[in-house]
Amino acid sequence: MTEKTAAAGDTGVDVETGDSSRGGVSGFRNDETGVMSGDRARDVATAKVRVENLDFWYGTHHVLKSITLDVRANEVTAFIGPSGCGKSTLLRCLNRMNELIPDTRLEGRVLIDGRDIYENADPVMVRRRIGMVFQKPNPFPKSIFDNVIWGALVNGYKGDRDELVERCLRQAALWDEVKDRLDDQAYGLSGGQQQRLCIARTLAVQPDVVLMDEPASALDPIATAKLEETILKLKQRYTIVVVTHNMQQAGRISDRTAFFYMGELIEMDDTEQLFTRPSKKRTEDYITGRFG
Amino acid sequence: MNIAPTQQSTGGTSGEYYAGKANLSANVFRSPKERAIEYALGFCALISVVTTLGIAAVLVYESLNFFAEVSIIEFLTETRWTPQFSEKHFGIWPLLSGTLLITAIAALVALPIGLMSAIFIAEYSPKRLRQVLKPGLELLAGIPTVVYGYFALTFVTPLLQPFIPGLNVYNALSAGIVVGIMIIPMVASLSEDAIRSVPRPLAEAGYALGATKIEVVLRVMVPGAMSGIIASFILALSRAIGETMIVTLAAGAMPNLTMNPTEPVQTMTAFIVNVSLGDTPQGTVQFYSLFAVGLVLFLITLSMNFVANWIIQKYRERY
Amino acid sequence: MQQNGQFDERLKQRRRKGLILGSVFFVATVFGLVVLVTLIVDVVIKGAQWLDWEFLTSFPSRNPENAGIYSAIVGSAWMIVLTALISVPIGVASAIYLEEYAKRGWFLKLIQININNLAGIPSVIFGILGLAVFVRLFALERSLLAGAFTMALLILPIIIISSQEALRAVPSGVRESAFALGATRWQVIWSHLLPISAPGIMTGVILSLSRAIGETAPLIMIGALTFIAFLPQSAMDQFTVLPIQIFNWTSRPQPEFQGLAAAGIIVLMIALFIMNLSAILLRNYFERYRAQ
Repeated sequence: MTEKTAAAGDTGVDVETGDSSRGGVSGFRNDETGVMSGDRARDVATAKVRVENLDFWYGTHHVLKSITLDVRANEVTAFIGPSGCGKSTLLRCLNRMNELIPDTRLEGRVLIDGRDIYENADPVMVRRRIGMVFQKPNPFPKSIFDNVIWGALVNGYKGDRDELVERCLRQAALWDEVKDRLDDQAYGLSGGQQQRLCIARTLAVQPDVVLMDEPASALDPIATAKLEETILKLKQRYTIVVVTHNMQQAGRISDRTAFFYMGELIEMDDTEQLFTRPSKKRTEDYITGRFG
Repeated sequence: MNIAPTQQSTGGTSGEYYAGKANLSANVFRSPKERAIEYALGFCALISVVTTLGIAAVLVYESLNFFAEVSIIEFLTETRWTPQFSEKHFGIWPLLSGTLLITAIAALVALPIGLMSAIFIAEYSPKRLRQVLKPGLELLAGIPTVVYGYFALTFVTPLLQPFIPGLNVYNALSAGIVVGIMIIPMVASLSEDAIRSVPRPLAEAGYALGATKIEVVLRVMVPGAMSGIIASFILALSRAIGETMIVTLAAGAMPNLTMNPTEPVQTMTAFIVNVSLGDTPQGTVQFYSLFAVGLVLFLITLSMNFVANWIIQKYRERY
Repeated sequence: MQQNGQFDERLKQRRRKGLILGSVFFVATVFGLVVLVTLIVDVVIKGAQWLDWEFLTSFPSRNPENAGIYSAIVGSAWMIVLTALISVPIGVASAIYLEEYAKRGWFLKLIQININNLAGIPSVIFGILGLAVFVRLFALERSLLAGAFTMALLILPIIIISSQEALRAVPSGVRESAFALGATRWQVIWSHLLPISAPGIMTGVILSLSRAIGETAPLIMIGALTFIAFLPQSAMDQFTVLPIQIFNWTSRPQPEFQGLAAAGIIVLMIALFIMNLSAILLRNYFERYRAQ
């Protein structure tokens, strides 16, 4: 099951700014380490990411229908569903990546920390704050060091570069493997290492939220396990949304799961709840493998 | 044409087409007619090989006639090229420097403009504009070089003369600029191909990190396409080095070892053509000198083309 | 970890830089077109006054008033026809062999590399080859035939490459179904591949001939004279062509000859325009024809 860590002396969710990324507790189980259900109300009020009545079209194709959901801070949220259900499309709506595709239309709202990311917001800044890791690792054809620091430099980073690179590679659980060869070309790394490099690169611009689009689908089982371990560690500091077609993976790493079908959000709940006692039949059919 | 199989059915009713004993061992593919056709076609394909060998053979063989009278040392180290004077000197450097000066000026014009055009067409231009720009550039590429030469001599030089004091009627600058204009489409088209073949996910990664469009283009796509871009530069410059009519008309016929673009220069190509135009008698060392110069020209352009194609091959394996 | 103090995003400046550079790129792209238009306008202005029926039907003369381009036009026409007769069969045959008969291997690759290289060799070197082989060795002297052979070799690589592409564009299903019916290789080619790829091949041929019509240096090398006051009567006669006549007039210092050169350029450009237009029309016609 998911790990829960509470650093000593943490104040949990910062109600004023909605900033909940200074560590803090996650999860809502009463049988766990003394988290009150009162936190639940507070967390919902200050959800990290809120989607309100989102509709999305590729041309005339109505791909997402009236999606409303919350993503909570310092949790891993999984989007699952059969191919073509729109989960990746929804993910890309969360950081305005869909705008790069011509002939698309979006209605509804997406709020990060209570702020609308579409209305009166610069997409470049939005993407800075909401990072993305892609399905197939796509490091730049540069050195490992240059890959990690690239985004930070573009965004005007003025601090210590070596320190930033090391910190991000450590968070991505890649430091030990590459610390002696930071100047080597990124393309020389294995698939799993490249994906963790992409994570480190995303962390270097210090986003609030990290979106991951089927991050392990191009990786072998061992690399996948390492990646999942990394994701679990990351949620202490970041809010993570993972799209996956692998239900077991969703069960392993996520706190909450949203199930999509044909562009609609069918059900969203705590992961354990969704997988053992789903409230919708379609969810149950999907989970038990009656279609996929 | 009848493509019926050459099966023979033995007797029987006509409906039993496949029931007869077909002579499947008749090897139609290897019939004498097929073999003859294959050899004839193959022979044609070999002509291209023979052409290359012929070029090499002619250049080397006739150059030997030249080097029988002029030492290679003089050819490579002497700084005067005076085949027509009574006191003959055969140092390649004035011709080589003429070629290099013009090519350098052409590079300064074509490489930046070509690359910027490629970037604009690949990443910025809306589709409809592209449909005008690309054919426009192709038109530029289709203009005969003698027309460009005319343009250089009768338009560009008079245009520049008020601004550049001391600009000769025949000068390297006008010729170099026009040679550069001539190769812009080549740089633009090949660089555009290189930029387009940078995989889309790389650009997406750049955008996802909060970069603006110009940053993604200049700091991800262009560096990612760099080997293809450099190959395009080399190929275009090789073309510039081999260019003949523009320089013959506009740069002059005086071998001149100089880096001053306002002066007339003679390139290797212009020299070769001028020997033909003149009345140099065959069999003289002046006549054979054109083959030696041709050999140098051939080796330079050949190696540049090889390097560029090698880069393109290596680059294709990367993504 | 929102250490935002270390990032100086400066989004406004970055966007402004993007706008400025984008405009510079646009200007660079348009530069070539501006030159093109300037050139055409300049030529038309200088040459139109010299362009009349006498010009088209007179021979060159030392007196600009009487000079005409007749011999050059006829010479160019002869040259194109002879060059086409030599280069098209050989070029198409080579392309057929390379695409349909030759076995994949190092030898085939060598021939391909060789052809690509030939396409990049300066035209003046083909002139040297023509001088040594056709003029002297084959003793064709300064005839149309020597020029045609030289030009044929020059454009051969272009014809081969474009014909290969046209053949490659024929779907493999056509070959497979023809072979399955028991056709021999040549029957497949003659009855199916050539008819289908004919438009593409023809377009390539026209484009390479339009390149040939503008070539000057190789023909100067084989001795095409710059002052021809008669029409060639046979393939062994001496000749001149449009580009050489233009070259000759441009080299003369008197401004009248500049005007004559401009008029000659107009004639040449019209010829090129006709050729390219027919190539485009041909392609469009056959594409529509095939789409039915």
